[in-house]
Amino acid sequence: MKQQLVVVGNGMAGVSCVEQILKQAHNFEITIFGDETHVNYNRILLSLVLAGEKSADEIVLNDIGWYQSNHIRTRLGVKIAKIDRFEKVVFNEDGGATEYDKLILATGSSAFIPPIPGVEKKNVHVFRTLDDTRELLEKAKPGLKTVVIGGGLLGLEAARGLQVRGCEVTVVHLMETLMERQLDATGGEYLKRKIENLGIRVLLPQQTAALFGNGHIDGLRLASGEELEADLVVIAAGIRPNVELGRQAGLDVRRGIVVNDFMQTSDPDIFAVGECTEHRGQTFGLVAPLFEQGRVLASAITGNPGPGFAGAAPATKLKIMGVDIFSAGAIDESEAGVEAVRYEDPSLGVYKKILLKDNKLHGVILVGDIEDEHVYQDWLRSGTDLTLLRRQVLFPPRDADPGLAVAALPDSETICGCNGVRKGDIVQAIHKHGIVTLQQLKERTRASTSCGTCTGLCEKLLRAVTPDFQEETKTTLCSCVPFSFEQLRDIIRGQQIKSVEEVLNVYGNRKGCEVCKPALSYLLDMLWCGEHEEDRSARFINDRVHANIQKDGTFSVIPRMRGGVTTPDELRRIADVADKYKVPMVKVTGSQRIDLLGIKKADLPSVWADLGMPSGQAYTKGVRMVKTCVGTEFCRFGVQDSTRAGIELERRLENLFTPHKFKMGVVGCPRNCAEATVKDLGLVGQDGSWQVVVGGAAGKSVRKADLLITVETTEQALEACDLFFQYYRENAIYLERTYDFAERLGIEKIRKETVYAAEEEKRALLDRLARSKAMAKDAWTEGQNPVNPTQFVQIQPMEARVS
Amino acid sequence: MITDTCWTPITTVDKIPLHEGRAVTVNGIEIAIFHLEKRYLTIQNKCPHKGGPLCDGIVAGTAVVCPLHGRRFDLETGMAVRASEPSSVATYPTRVEDGVILVDLTSEDEVTA
Repeated sequence: MKQQLVVVGNGMAGVSCVEQILKQAHNFEITIFGDETHVNYNRILLSLVLAGEKSADEIVLNDIGWYQSNHIRTRLGVKIAKIDRFEKVVFNEDGGATEYDKLILATGSSAFIPPIPGVEKKNVHVFRTLDDTRELLEKAKPGLKTVVIGGGLLGLEAARGLQVRGCEVTVVHLMETLMERQLDATGGEYLKRKIENLGIRVLLPQQTAALFGNGHIDGLRLASGEELEADLVVIAAGIRPNVELGRQAGLDVRRGIVVNDFMQTSDPDIFAVGECTEHRGQTFGLVAPLFEQGRVLASAITGNPGPGFAGAAPATKLKIMGVDIFSAGAIDESEAGVEAVRYEDPSLGVYKKILLKDNKLHGVILVGDIEDEHVYQDWLRSGTDLTLLRRQVLFPPRDADPGLAVAALPDSETICGCNGVRKGDIVQAIHKHGIVTLQQLKERTRASTSCGTCTGLCEKLLRAVTPDFQEETKTTLCSCVPFSFEQLRDIIRGQQIKSVEEVLNVYGNRKGCEVCKPALSYLLDMLWCGEHEEDRSARFINDRVHANIQKDGTFSVIPRMRGGVTTPDELRRIADVADKYKVPMVKVTGSQRIDLLGIKKADLPSVWADLGMPSGQAYTKGVRMVKTCVGTEFCRFGVQDSTRAGIELERRLENLFTPHKFKMGVVGCPRNCAEATVKDLGLVGQDGSWQVVVGGAAGKSVRKADLLITVETTEQALEACDLFFQYYRENAIYLERTYDFAERLGIEKIRKETVYAAEEEKRALLDRLARSKAMAKDAWTEGQNPVNPTQFVQIQPMEARVS
Repeated sequence: MITDTCWTPITTVDKIPLHEGRAVTVNGIEIAIFHLEKRYLTIQNKCPHKGGPLCDGIVAGTAVVCPLHGRRFDLETGMAVRASEPSSVATYPTRVEDGVILVDLTSEDEVTA
């Protein structure tokens, strides 16, 4: 008969322990109780949910299907109130009883609420669970005055998430140093500076004396007497192990539920794992050691005990607000016999401190550059004598072949701290499943799916282990910023980065090139709806002078003629300009526009002024034009007013930028005289309706556009155009034309996420488009208001000075 | 030996935005001056490939990328960055004095590739 295994706690530690048990030969029927109503999710990523970078669904670790397929009875939203150790029964709060043969307590921890007067007031929150996060998300809104009490990891993550939501955030921390358990005073100062640069106020050391307000929170009073206004307060003052159940059952409990090296409590049939435990006097708050505990427990409970749990060296690797931090071992050099070696570069934001004792590594703090953390981990663990390496401790020698360094790591080395994936797990998975890409590795092992710090390491490992390693196509934008375009989109949005320079400084090689600079410029403009910090040096020359450079260094000028419709007056001005500037060629383009070729850069402003017409944007990755036929106005076959619709469409989208050039066409009947079905976006008039078609091409590729939707009115057609247009702006990779975009995503997905999306999603797309449109302007106005004094001016050498 | 008379005052520093270049023709020589962090570097303006205006290129670290066909030249040495496209541009010593950019047009540091 099967033994009954009951697990109290459905969090990361408990469920990962169950996963380990399932991997072993076992004879258990498993029941898991969780007091939250959610399946197991990755608590570490709650800050990303708060910041809007991930949805609640995306942080799920084990979906309901996992529980079912492993025959695990799952009781969610059920709190266990009591254990009867003699009858071997647990009781939930309603009195329901469940018998067990073995019991695992994985009750985790709760937010510690300091005894400050007023903490019971409304709008005072903690940040610990998915439900907490949802409550915060409901309250967070732009301009909301928010105070986070606690400057540890959790507090800073909450602060960042809320700030991304537009809240005005102040962090109040009791200690002199942020994250004082991981950082020393200088390291804390580096972090503080970075956080303040992001616009978060940091007050320390400051004790909160009271929270005031009538029922709901109005503000808080600090021990110094200062008062801070607050509409929302988040308490992140640490965690406390949940030990009540263990204590009630009469188990040995100190700060946590005491366990031996095999995770057994003082009752041999009751085990404990995770943040509720205390092992050799140590309690746990970071995830990595908990996975190790789970493995040890699983081996022990299934009767295959291997090596016991040896405790965890306090090593922390994380990214907080875009800053990489690594801390391991001691952090304080005041201890006798300990020497500190330091390196600081304030403008790079890099700080390293290495503590040595008896010529061995005793502790390390890295801020801003954690590339060498594995070397330090290795030195710490192995107790390497560093006498001969003394000059290199701050910049340890890197192996010429990175594969060798990875190959030398022991199998037990944790590669992905967020998900507890060890080198051995990865190597095994690669062999077992024939993994050749990073994506496959992610799917199989979950390594590198959370914070991404270990992505490089995973890739090196893959490269070293499998001869068939395939680099993912389009993995990175370019070697300057080693992230995919999608990742950069998330980074820029999540980290609220507003300039190309900042992206390159924080995530890149600080230089950039002709590939990444224009791409990042586009991303910033699109994501911040034009409210980014524009850097013209990061733009291609066409976008610096708003004209198309020609082979001889002159430029072509194409004024906007909406819908291809012009007037005698405009034509006269164009002719006059052609005469006045001796324009070598005047040409009618394939897009129903007139091109003046061979204009000198210095003449551009006066040419534009003389034309008195807006920029046709024919030089940029942006909205080019709408080509139209004469439609119902004159054509005897026309069934829709294509000219009017085309002019209106051009007006709605002109002056906006896109991942690649964006051409449109509107035709008044299916004869398609203006070739709308080979445009990026087209409207095809029918009797009583419009077809909206997307992803057409008649350039290097020829592709017939896909039908997005058929609608009755012109206004509906234009709205569908807006939806697709903004969706393409947000989801295409830079330099991806709509015809590749449509093929990559498939028209069904595009339909579902644009014209057939939920109302609020459509509204959100249209709102962002409207915001961008409100910021967009005719680039040629810069002719009169240049962004720098020599934007168009040819510099003349100075008169030779007397030397 | 370089004497003071070699340095030709070209223009004031405010005329060249950070990470951009500007062309100037001095005594029949067409040069492109670039503004990098805290310094200015000067090369010949014409790309040896097809004559593109290098002053209009995007600056990538200490290199400039020709706007016409993407040839890259190091602004310090004048050498083409990619070994597959061997060529070079002339470089000219450049310094700043009292906010004025001075270029030594006599000592063209031609690099032979």
